[in-house]
Amino acid sequence: MTTLLPFFILLPFAGFIISLLIPAKNEGLLSITSYLTAGIHWAGVTLFTIYWFFDGHTVLDHDYVTLYQTTDYDFFIDFYFDKITAVYLFVGSFLTFLVTIYSRYYLHREAGYKRFFNTILFFFLGYNIAVASGNLETMFIGWEILGISSFLLIAFYRDRYLPVKNAVKVFSVYRVADVGLILAMWMSHHLWHENITFSKLNNFELVHHQLQSHTVIGVFIAMMFLISAAAKSAQLPFSSWLPRAMEGPTPSSAIFYGSLSVHLGVFLLLRTFPFWEQQISVRVLIALLGLLTAIIATGIARVQSSVKSQIAYASVAQIGLIFIEVAAGFDNLALFHFAGNAFLRTYQLLVSPSVVSYLIREQFYNFSPHARSIEESFPKKMAYTLYILCIKEWNLDSFMYRYLWNPLKWLGNKLDFLTLNRTVIFFIPAYLIGVLCLGISDNLPDFVVSKLPIFFSLIGLVMVLKSFTERKVARLSWILIIMNHLWVALAISFNEHFKYGQPVIYLSGIIVAGALGLICLYRLRSIEGNIDLDQFHGHSFKHPKLAFFFFLCCLGATGFPISPTFIGEDLIFTHIHEDQALLAFFTSLSFIIDGIAIIRIYARVFLGPHAKSMYEMAYRSS
Amino acid sequence: MQNSSFDEHEVLHELKHYLPEQASLKDFIHQNTLQAFQKLKFHDALHRASEMFGYKVSLKLSEFRSLYDSKKIREDILEKVIIERKGASALKEWKEKVCSGKYSMHSPPRIGALRSNWKRQYHIDMDSLVQPVLFRILCSYLDQGISIWNFPVKGKSFLESMREIEKVGLSSFFRTKRAKKYLLDDNCEIADLLEILIGDESLYKQYLFDQQFSHMGWSGMVSVVETSPSTLLDTKKISVHDLVVFELLMEIDIMDYNFGKDWMPLSTKISERPIDLFADVHLTELREVLIIWQEAFEWSYYDQVLAGIVSTSKATNHQQVQSKTFQSLFCIDDREDSFRRYLEKADPKCETFATPGFFSMEFFYQPEDGKFYTKVCPAPVTPKYLIKGSNNKEKREQDVHFSKHTTSFYSGWLISQTLGFWSALKLFVNIFRPSISPATASSFQHMDRHSQLTIENKDPKSTENGLQIGFTVAEMAQRLEGMLMSIGLVKDFAPIVYIVGHGSSSVNNPHYAAYDCGACSGRPGSVNARVACYMANHPEVRKILAERGIAIPTSTQFLGALHDTTRDEIAFFDENSLTVTNRENHTINEKVFAKALDNNAKERSRRFELVNSKLTPEKIHDEVRKRSVSLFEPRPELNHATNTLCVVARRSLSKNLFLDRRAFHNSYNYAIDPDGKYLLNILRPAAPVCGGINLEYFFSRVDNQKLGAGTKLPHNVMGLFGVANGIDGDLRPGLPSQMIEVHDPIRLMIIVEHFPKVVLETILRSPETYEWFINDWVKLVVVNPETFELSLFKEGQFYPYEPLQKKIETVLNLAPLFETNIDNLPVYAIA
Repeated sequence: MTTLLPFFILLPFAGFIISLLIPAKNEGLLSITSYLTAGIHWAGVTLFTIYWFFDGHTVLDHDYVTLYQTTDYDFFIDFYFDKITAVYLFVGSFLTFLVTIYSRYYLHREAGYKRFFNTILFFFLGYNIAVASGNLETMFIGWEILGISSFLLIAFYRDRYLPVKNAVKVFSVYRVADVGLILAMWMSHHLWHENITFSKLNNFELVHHQLQSHTVIGVFIAMMFLISAAAKSAQLPFSSWLPRAMEGPTPSSAIFYGSLSVHLGVFLLLRTFPFWEQQISVRVLIALLGLLTAIIATGIARVQSSVKSQIAYASVAQIGLIFIEVAAGFDNLALFHFAGNAFLRTYQLLVSPSVVSYLIREQFYNFSPHARSIEESFPKKMAYTLYILCIKEWNLDSFMYRYLWNPLKWLGNKLDFLTLNRTVIFFIPAYLIGVLCLGISDNLPDFVVSKLPIFFSLIGLVMVLKSFTERKVARLSWILIIMNHLWVALAISFNEHFKYGQPVIYLSGIIVAGALGLICLYRLRSIEGNIDLDQFHGHSFKHPKLAFFFFLCCLGATGFPISPTFIGEDLIFTHIHEDQALLAFFTSLSFIIDGIAIIRIYARVFLGPHAKSMYEMAYRSS
Repeated sequence: MQNSSFDEHEVLHELKHYLPEQASLKDFIHQNTLQAFQKLKFHDALHRASEMFGYKVSLKLSEFRSLYDSKKIREDILEKVIIERKGASALKEWKEKVCSGKYSMHSPPRIGALRSNWKRQYHIDMDSLVQPVLFRILCSYLDQGISIWNFPVKGKSFLESMREIEKVGLSSFFRTKRAKKYLLDDNCEIADLLEILIGDESLYKQYLFDQQFSHMGWSGMVSVVETSPSTLLDTKKISVHDLVVFELLMEIDIMDYNFGKDWMPLSTKISERPIDLFADVHLTELREVLIIWQEAFEWSYYDQVLAGIVSTSKATNHQQVQSKTFQSLFCIDDREDSFRRYLEKADPKCETFATPGFFSMEFFYQPEDGKFYTKVCPAPVTPKYLIKGSNNKEKREQDVHFSKHTTSFYSGWLISQTLGFWSALKLFVNIFRPSISPATASSFQHMDRHSQLTIENKDPKSTENGLQIGFTVAEMAQRLEGMLMSIGLVKDFAPIVYIVGHGSSSVNNPHYAAYDCGACSGRPGSVNARVACYMANHPEVRKILAERGIAIPTSTQFLGALHDTTRDEIAFFDENSLTVTNRENHTINEKVFAKALDNNAKERSRRFELVNSKLTPEKIHDEVRKRSVSLFEPRPELNHATNTLCVVARRSLSKNLFLDRRAFHNSYNYAIDPDGKYLLNILRPAAPVCGGINLEYFFSRVDNQKLGAGTKLPHNVMGLFGVANGIDGDLRPGLPSQMIEVHDPIRLMIIVEHFPKVVLETILRSPETYEWFINDWVKLVVVNPETFELSLFKEGQFYPYEPLQKKIETVLNLAPLFETNIDNLPVYAIA
């Protein structure tokens, strides 16, 4: 049976590739491809699950492809099937099937019909990889695909301001989730000395034994899982991204943010449950986070006066409860609750436009000016205070800005003296010296050698900070990102002696993507003139092909699983020793920021209202 | 240079004048989007609106040119338009300019120029900092029933409510003290606040325009609620003044938060004054080219219509058939155009009429258990009558998916575990077998067809809240007489006269009210039809009518009905009242209606790309019914799209013309109205109603982003009164792209059958109607009922018009055309 598992990945992959090749005008074929992909998948999953269930429902696990291997490192693709996978696969393909049929009509004649179905299938691919994954590395591939496809769907109306702004916002939260996962992977390499599979995590003896001797590491890894899960499932303090993601066509909001995407945090917790099962403090923390989210989100949901944001917060509250269920070890209940919540919210979002005629009719026949909600029995002071806080979403939306992005921007702004020329002039000699140091590192004092990686990774961080806050020159911002990777590679090279092969794997994709991306930017600048980062330019309006190509470059440069850099990224982290917390911190921080900086360049240059044809553009506020 | 003194009252008044006037969703009524500019000539108004607010006011130059290349704009017409505007000598030069001149499209609008200085001078994005919170507060205050915990301060005006909540609450919407203090101390004169923010009094007015037009959707809604509070069932006290004050306070707060107290007013930082919003505009060459194209585009269509009228009218017998099987009255709505044609085809001995769909019966309607009154007559009319329903038989179904329990903590937990799986099933079923559900807005729900109505008033003292319940016999007779005279139905009554209102059914459609009858304030016309029939069947009423020369034979019975334009279904009311003979007649007629509806569905289906128009009418009709209840169908019907004409004439003038559902029709017989008394009653509402519909489609089509609502797919319902994109967006008034995409932006042409002299005298009697014509917002052509010569109204006079096109094609069978054509069809003569 395990041989059948990759079918659930290959089918969406094939569907996605085929959909890319169909001409945009051929609406019929595009939608048929999409719903057949999802429909066959759904039928397959259903039959497979039934057979599996009656065949003794043993956990299936198989290591399929090894992508990279050294003596102590093995990067392999592994798939896994148990009841969690079964439920997630079933709900995912069932809803995707319905929503693709729904969208076949709903999106009829919409500009971007093809883009929509491409992205849905891409999302579907990522979702299936994530939920069928057998180890963290495989899951991370799916995780990344989900992040990118979410960005694309939120920014579906790419020539309006708000969708693009919110897409970048959501992407930055997802990036935090990504890095949580990377750090968890990093530490577990050190904990297990291998790329641990989920089936091994189920081995109670093994886990218990390991954790007893490494409590701190255990807590750290669990915390990283929790951060990832909370960000993906819109728990506190990340909750405010979910309603803001509702910018795409209603069916995409329904399936992504109403149901599938938002429950992946729950999936991560369910999947890693055996790992933190013994850590009572972690379980209590997860349950408390869930409870707090459920309370706060319920309050916010109750004051929402727009139908989609109300559904979003109601869903967040339910997911909070699911977190509690998972923490309590009620995995069956959690799965049941997940499926119910996913179906309910999808349907509610899909029928949300009907709310006007329905509720107006209800109001017409049942209106009572004295209808009261429970809160009105509160003392006035408390009620008003709570009301204001709920309307302001407990300042959650500004939270990330205030405590993460604004300090970073403040730091970045201190680097204004870095111009394009100065940066290049500084970089070349400095980097050469760095490489030289690496060459003679055997002859350098140990003290220096141990500090150099931190120093170099700090330079990398500075580069990416500047890139993130650069207000003007897009090319500078881009070059700084590439430089950051070079510094990171250099820093890590000090850790392991003379393994040039691995930095090369890491840099290969980045250098190619970086160079091509830079060419794109130069070319665009020569055609259009100003492409400064202080505003949105919306050049995808006139240069859709260039936009797509540059987008691929962005993916390459962020270490997306289309280039060897993806494996390299993981490799790089395995070489950070567990006692090099500072190095890990700098490196992971620059990973977060560089992803966001790259997406920011793409969004500013290619998305948003087209700067030059105001007459077909919506108002900024709409 | 602007006048430097700032008059708050005057500025707010002017602001309200320019803001969008669209009411809440439940009262969606079409009106001229650029109403504020209606005092100007059409082209001048559009140019001015475009310069001031950055609207796109015509098709793109490239669109016009490709219409020209595909012969949809005719060369002879283009040349004629150029000669008329520029003189024969300039023909060659201007034709060159029009067809191949190169023009730069980029010119920034005036609006927003002043306010953009926040970003330029202070590097602060005022809009993103203020708007999300402001919109949420506004929406929460105005909310009609989405939120579960609604705005905690009740019954007070917006500003007072905010004051109270800020005073008592421990948290605040403000981040700094000063703005909050101003609010609490009621120290918020607009001029004082502007002095802090702007400083230079001469810029205040422009700043307020910039500010409010940065979110004209919300400001427009506030303005509408201020002017007509009844647009919200749960009424709210808000005004543009309150909104401006609160927004200014929020802006001061943002500035204080970012710059402490030491920042300087904006005007001190500006070196160059922005161009005055209200300064004169100058016609550019590009604009002139676009005007020429617009006129040529319009006349390419008008010309063939007029050619059709001239050529078919001469050949038509305008005498009426003597014995009729039945007569049927419809709304003037363009969607009834083809239905009437099919009825007349299915039964050549029937006769159809059209009059505004409230059938001259203006009243409020209150169904049994209804908590409110619903106005069912044209929006500007304020009725004094109330019709109440009783004895409902049908039950209102409920749907727990819209229930508020799904959001709460524990019941949400239960519901998502149980109902969630039910949702999955429902979704599955609805996708594969769409059917009517409580979510559907169905036209037949407006009135329970078995309910009783209190129509007759026997005691004038029987009133409720100042409204008289029902009409007295004299009032009935007066209304009925007016209606019958205006449409020319005064003799030769058939055994059954149907009065057919119309409505529409759709699901997942926040704009559902726009699909219903505009003459009934965006409601179905079923109650009006029943009321009119009751009156016409009333013996006392008939007695009075007979005295006034309208003798209705006792064998004639009136029967009310409702035509659902989306589903192409018809429901008859009070069929039990029919005599035995008439019941037999009715059974035969029902088949005629059914056949006509099938055919009508087939004709409509040619626009629906996903319905196979080659199927039989019955099969297509099934498909059409299905789409009206499909959750995933954003185009249940195309509503008024493609409307361009309004024919005020005897049926015989247009009976043999195929007008492709693009014409409003108002039946009118010039012979019984020699001095235009009834004509004025027709034109007075026809210009604003049909013209309003036409212009709203026009502007939503040419600039769907700024004057329309954009695509409806991402719309989010705000507070049950508006839609926005996402959760932080501005409200989007206007029509969504799905409604207007097939519409050609052509002004309405009203064609009246009468003598030019009478028509001119008639329109001069009503200045507000005359404004529509003299300023060219609608075109007016008169057909001489005796010679069928045409006269065109221009600059206050009628001039003879000779169509350039001499003949139109005659078609024997229309059906094959519908199977292959999706675009607009030319005008055909029907053989």
